[in-house]
Amino acid sequence: MNKKLKKHLVFWLFLTPSLLAFLMVVVLPFFSGVYYSFTDWNAIPGREVGFIGLKNYLNVFQDVQVLKALGTTLVYGTYSIILINIVGFSLALLVTQKMRSANLLRTVFFMPNLIGGLILGYVWKFVFLKIVPVLFQTDFTMLEATQTSLLAMAIVSTWQMGGYIMVIYVAAIQAIPEELLEAADIDGAGPGQKIRNIVFPLVAPAFTVSLFMTLSNAFKMFDVNVSLTGGDPARSTELLALEIFSKAFKELNFGEGQAQAVLFFILVAAITAVQVTITKKREVEM
Amino acid sequence: MRKRKLRLGLLELFGILLALLYISPFYIVFANSVKTKKDILTNTIGLPVSIALENFPMAMEKMDFLQAFTNSAFITTVSLAGLVLFSSMAAWVLVRNKTRISGAVFMLFVLAMLIPFQAVMLPLVDLFGANKLDLLNSRMGIIFMYLGFGSSMSIFLFHGFVKGIPVDLENAAYMDGCNVFQVFYHIILPLIKPISITVAILNGIWIWNDFLLPSLVLQEKSVRTIPLAAQYFFGAYSKDWHYAMAALTLAIIPVVIFYVIAQKQIIKGTISGALK
Repeated sequence: MNKKLKKHLVFWLFLTPSLLAFLMVVVLPFFSGVYYSFTDWNAIPGREVGFIGLKNYLNVFQDVQVLKALGTTLVYGTYSIILINIVGFSLALLVTQKMRSANLLRTVFFMPNLIGGLILGYVWKFVFLKIVPVLFQTDFTMLEATQTSLLAMAIVSTWQMGGYIMVIYVAAIQAIPEELLEAADIDGAGPGQKIRNIVFPLVAPAFTVSLFMTLSNAFKMFDVNVSLTGGDPARSTELLALEIFSKAFKELNFGEGQAQAVLFFILVAAITAVQVTITKKREVEM
Repeated sequence: MRKRKLRLGLLELFGILLALLYISPFYIVFANSVKTKKDILTNTIGLPVSIALENFPMAMEKMDFLQAFTNSAFITTVSLAGLVLFSSMAAWVLVRNKTRISGAVFMLFVLAMLIPFQAVMLPLVDLFGANKLDLLNSRMGIIFMYLGFGSSMSIFLFHGFVKGIPVDLENAAYMDGCNVFQVFYHIILPLIKPISITVAILNGIWIWNDFLLPSLVLQEKSVRTIPLAAQYFFGAYSKDWHYAMAALTLAIIPVVIFYVIAQKQIIKGTISGALK
């Protein structure tokens, strides 16, 4: 009995520091957030919080700004997912060639990933405002129109995430058995044929991982949005995450902002759940 | 064979040119950080005509760089030490106790990885706000938050690693009269060193660069981190690009130095984190 009690005590003693922080910072706010999304909460101290049922959620679906943000996020997401994966895969093909500088190149391409999105956004703001117009001899800057701003954001994300996705593809390419490629060489296959018939099918699992990772990153995108466009012009480049922020802190509508946050959670969680299911299924098949 | 060598040579040349293009935004920032205001306007792309180092003291003073750097370093270091220690402690007892409650607690940590920060940020700020816990504008307060947010992934990574450590080692140590703290400190901690490095790197990159959480809970100037200082600086000096470029250089340099020192571990850590 004494030994069993001691074991219990040790269990909770070792678990408590993490569990306490986790419960107070994640679990408790998560559940109170779900509750607040059904109320007229506005975070003013001392003011009573009234239950208003589904009103916040109904407002969200009729909110033009929300629908616009969803649309912008889908457009930005499409640009960035395509660009990041093409760039990441191409870079991976490049740095897995037997070159002397392969490691150096890998190091360089990965570097932007370490610098925060906010700082990167400012770096590229200068590039888009002051460098690109000089290079192309134009007065137009990409940040002054909605569509080109979204593309600009996708370019910055590609620069930031390209090296990260490259590293995932590199791991997959290096796992391809050397004999397969040598056998293809002996059979007289060219580089294009080898990529199409050997590399592509064998890195397919990494492709699934990267696709979903870039997809959920696109939905969660916030930092570059703040520093590169700040939602301008006229809140037309606000993505979902920034829209939630503006709803709460600029429009001071906490209840509706929280309802949006709950819907945002469902969306992001669903993407991740689909990813895990697909990856697990594939593992079983292999 | 010769044709192949030529192809590889051309590819290498192409790769190097591409790498130069890839880091050209850094060149642009560094080169323009030492230009005068006039020089930036007339000669944005070229090398600086003369070196105007005075941009740096000015930017450092305006964004209170030393204070921001100290805050970032303090918050990141203490959070990492806490995360590595507490998460490995938790993961160890979660692996070694095969009870239903242990499984449920682990499941809760894993499921919470699905929650995006936006879903909890409003109630979090409210809970830690002045009229409740009163832990805003405090470096210890945000460190506590990082312990909470970082614990899910860290425990998940430690859990996977500890599972592979044979329990016999620990049993032998208990036989020799070690207590549970000695076993953890002398046996487990040294064995999990590789995954501790991964956990520290992944969390370190996140915490050092994090912007949204600090922007919500650290408003006073004395507690601002580097991303916050950069944001305030840009708000106030958006037209003074020569100061802005110096400020960005200051923000980028520490990360680049760290990367040059630890790049192998960083890339390795990222892979094991991404493919978890």
